[in-house]
Amino acid sequence: MLKPVHALRVAWPRPGDPLPGFRFALITTVFWIGLIVALPLTALIIRPWQEGTGAMVAAMQDSRMFAALRISFTTAFLAALLDVPLGIILAWSLVRAHLPGRRVVDALIDLPFAIPTAVTGITLATLYGPQGWLGAPLKYLGISVAYTATGIVVALMFVGLPFIVRSVEPVLREFPPELEEAAGLLGARPWQILTRVALPTLMPAIVSGFGLAFARGIGEYGSVIFIAGNQPFRSEIAPLLIVVRLQEFDYAGATSIAFVLLVASSVCLAGVAWLRRRVARGLIAGADS
Amino acid sequence: MNAAGDNSMIRWGLVIATYLIVGLMLVLPPVVVLSEALREGIGPAVATLADPDAVSAFRLTLEMTIASVIFNTIFGVLAAWLISKYRFPLRGLLVALIEIPISISPVVAGLVWLLLFGTQGWWGTALERMHIAVAFAPPGILLATIFVTFPYVARTLLPLMEQQGRDVEEAAMLLGASFWQILFYVTLPNARWALLSGILLTTARAMGEFGAVSVVSGHIPGLTETMPLHIETLYNGYQSVAAFTMAALLAIMAMATVWLRSVFEARALRLPEPDVQEGGRA
Repeated sequence: MLKPVHALRVAWPRPGDPLPGFRFALITTVFWIGLIVALPLTALIIRPWQEGTGAMVAAMQDSRMFAALRISFTTAFLAALLDVPLGIILAWSLVRAHLPGRRVVDALIDLPFAIPTAVTGITLATLYGPQGWLGAPLKYLGISVAYTATGIVVALMFVGLPFIVRSVEPVLREFPPELEEAAGLLGARPWQILTRVALPTLMPAIVSGFGLAFARGIGEYGSVIFIAGNQPFRSEIAPLLIVVRLQEFDYAGATSIAFVLLVASSVCLAGVAWLRRRVARGLIAGADS
Repeated sequence: MNAAGDNSMIRWGLVIATYLIVGLMLVLPPVVVLSEALREGIGPAVATLADPDAVSAFRLTLEMTIASVIFNTIFGVLAAWLISKYRFPLRGLLVALIEIPISISPVVAGLVWLLLFGTQGWWGTALERMHIAVAFAPPGILLATIFVTFPYVARTLLPLMEQQGRDVEEAAMLLGASFWQILFYVTLPNARWALLSGILLTTARAMGEFGAVSVVSGHIPGLTETMPLHIETLYNGYQSVAAFTMAALLAIMAMATVWLRSVFEARALRLPEPDVQEGGRA
């Protein structure tokens, strides 16, 4: 009987909480999070200001940085936006269409999650390159994808697609097909069913899937740099410019870009979260009326 | 009648659209990898893997993956235990900090380590004087990989352990179990599939990490090149067959890991209820 009492007395970290291990788990977790996450992030926040505000001010006047940030954000936004209809089609087919080969399609959708980004990068660059299976016919049509900003969008669409599908799919699964049928019986055209019945219900899921794809796209590096061509002001993404600055041993410049990238993407994500809440609230309000 | 006809036409339209999207976006890329790798036949492709730099890249990737999985599993389990079993001040902050690496660009995830350990970093010169190499050496690669894969074990465990509550743990405690006994005999067995799934996700992400590792590695073939970095070197050196062969190997390794995870995840989804009951009876 002595042993448990002893164990309890030693391990009770907080008055009123008998479960042992609190203090040990707290110390190791705080230590590890501090070392691996908090310390590096502190360096990221402090470093740009360390050599005076000069480096940060200089970085803020660097038009190449703004061009790179603009390219990163617009391509990520466009790719996530273009993924939305594709993702909805895939999710709908998986849930509703009794799709022949459904399990294979289902597994393939997670492919962009599973394939390492460097593999994606060299593969898409080859596929859409001037001699590639898709690149050659597109070139014949006068469209060049590889080594342009279009290539960035194509790569980010590949990376972002599963986010939309996997966000929309569970909601669609919960959504009773009877609602669509009822709308149909009441005389709604398929287009009306889609825009008035299905899409409003799916909207919060679509927005969060879009947000995830967008966020991933802003920071994406490996799958983009091979296909992008990386010309400054035209197809150079912000993460690549960080690498370029590091190769020039310009740590202050690199950190300034990283800092701006971090702040800008946090703002964008907060915006998406706000939009999602609004859409979700609108949905509830709409259901009430 | 008319509406039904409309619907089936739309259905077929969407099914065809699905096959087109899947075919062009998801089937073609892996086919390209294989066809590029095997362009000169299977012999030359396999031969490229015997190159000493390729072997060294494979070994480094294996070492880094195993090491980050070990570190992140130990700390992920402890963090999940702490956050799911107790309520304490600033608990939300810990959760937020655990999630941060997911939303950070891989390049930034590498950069932060250079800010600490690089030649211009806070402790770079001090470490250099002590002849300890962190940046542009395996320790830096390991730190970057750990950072990038940091959240996965904790995040997979958290919802499940939270849902399982702490009744079973309290029962075990009253029966005289120590902290480690509760953890290893009660909590972890109840969460074993989630734990496995988190470990496998960490494994897949760790072996494929490119951006973060690329920034801290220094790209020294044979020394600090992991498989993804070696793929880049080969590709940029126009050694297409070698690049795509290694890419195929890496992709197969990562996809096999992810596939295993989905198998375990399916079991995890099927099993939790009997598990809780078992634990409750014990």
